[in-house]
Amino acid sequence: MSKPLVTIDGVSFSYEGQQTPALKNITFDILEGEWLAIVGHNGSGKSTLAKLLNGLQFPQQGKIAVCGTELTEATVWEVRKNVGMVFQNPDNQFVGTTVRDDVAFGLENHGVPREIMVERVQTSLDKVQMGTFLNQEPHHLSGGQKQRVAIAGVIALQPAIIILDEATSMLDPRGRAEVIATVRELKDREHITVISITHDLEEAAKADRVIVMNKGELYREGTPEQIFEMDEELVQLGLDIPFPVKMSKLLRHKGVELTKTHLTEEELVTELWTSHSKM
Amino acid sequence: MMEKMIFGRYVPGESLLHRMDPRSKLIIVFLFVIVVFIANNVPTYAVLAAYTFLMVGLSRIPLRFLYGGLKPVFLLVFFTFLLHIFMTKEGPIILELGWLKIYEEGLRQGIFISLRFLLLILVTSLLTLTTTPIEITDGLETLLNPLKKWKFPVHELALMMSISLRFIPTLMQETDKIMKAQTARGVEYNSGPVKERIKAIIPLLIPLFISSFKRAEELAVAMEARGYKGGEGRTKYRQLAWGMVDTAMLLFLGAVTVLLFVLRG
Repeated sequence: MSKPLVTIDGVSFSYEGQQTPALKNITFDILEGEWLAIVGHNGSGKSTLAKLLNGLQFPQQGKIAVCGTELTEATVWEVRKNVGMVFQNPDNQFVGTTVRDDVAFGLENHGVPREIMVERVQTSLDKVQMGTFLNQEPHHLSGGQKQRVAIAGVIALQPAIIILDEATSMLDPRGRAEVIATVRELKDREHITVISITHDLEEAAKADRVIVMNKGELYREGTPEQIFEMDEELVQLGLDIPFPVKMSKLLRHKGVELTKTHLTEEELVTELWTSHSKM
Repeated sequence: MMEKMIFGRYVPGESLLHRMDPRSKLIIVFLFVIVVFIANNVPTYAVLAAYTFLMVGLSRIPLRFLYGGLKPVFLLVFFTFLLHIFMTKEGPIILELGWLKIYEEGLRQGIFISLRFLLLILVTSLLTLTTTPIEITDGLETLLNPLKKWKFPVHELALMMSISLRFIPTLMQETDKIMKAQTARGVEYNSGPVKERIKAIIPLLIPLFISSFKRAEELAVAMEARGYKGGEGRTKYRQLAWGMVDTAMLLFLGAVTVLLFVLRG
């Protein structure tokens, strides 16, 4: 098992002027190189958790350590270099007037010398297949392309962790697939740890591990298979079960023998069309 | 009308003026605005006009385009001309039509001042036509850098400008979307009495304002998450390059200035 990269220890947080805390006594580890999905309904505290990991907010109780450094006001800039974040709205995180300026923005902030900057802007854009869009202006790009530029801006800083905070929720299915494929590839090639915060269980199905949040508490933790076993419980939490999972269950109910509950459509379809030959 | 306006428009190109450093262009325009006031007789105005048209030529911007874009300005220039011709009452009368008297000095002033106005507009338009807004911002940032000593927020100002520039098209798209949404709800923008039309702008502006504030907030969070902590210790990706051409052009303007002083009456 890989070692924990982020440790979250007894963290509680409440926003100013709000009665109910946004997070209540949360404890868990994030392991190096894993893809962790944090799912939950609106107001479950999942986005607050993301903000705490990047030091945009600080917990009132408990400790967070990233790559062995405890997150405090003093270490926050150091930690931010290691934790990149991609937000929900593709437009509202695009700072530069062109693609190359936007990718350079984070590098400029961290005082990276220009020669290194020029090289990193190009290589990071190549990694997200946006290398030919250097001088393109943001309003000529699709949502998925803008999010890929945002990812390039993050990886240019060579972080250990990428947090996707609902990064695909405003995209069309194609843009969503593009972004997920890009992140998946980066994770495999660059060994970046991915934390994806989402209410889309289809996206969570692709993760190595899923954490379900509810009303500021850690509700359940497990592999996607284990989490989808919860079935009705998830629906009660306001989460929609992915179609292939629902389908698998209904098929079983009808007496169709399946080897397991399938998380993706491809898997399910493959088993169905090959099932006859096995009989 | 709007698409023909050339103020603040950039025309992509590879001309000499396009390739110049934005700093030298800004300095030249700034100096030109002062130098224009040296001229006070026919030869000096001729020199100024020649200089301006040389610059227009060097910019390789089609004259027809320039003319089309400046059309609305010509009206203003003509108005200036009329104002001077009727308001100046010096020198001998050259034309008398009933109560209307036109003096020689009035005609002179009218021509000179409207010409001065026209040349100023041409030269400043050339700056924006041949320089991208972001280049102008970069140029301004470097030129104003010495003001930092007096706590003038140069970096913040430049960042503000570049973010505004970046969001203009986004907000335009948004305005269009809201307009369509409100039209679908029965708001009419293109017909009805003027009063009604002005009223119709309110349901357009309010959603636009709300979403702009939301954008600003999200952008600030995103910038902070990407390590933005002000201008201190920041490096720059964009680099300006001062070349031979820039020095030459500045010297050329210097020579023109000297010539103007010599010819001045």
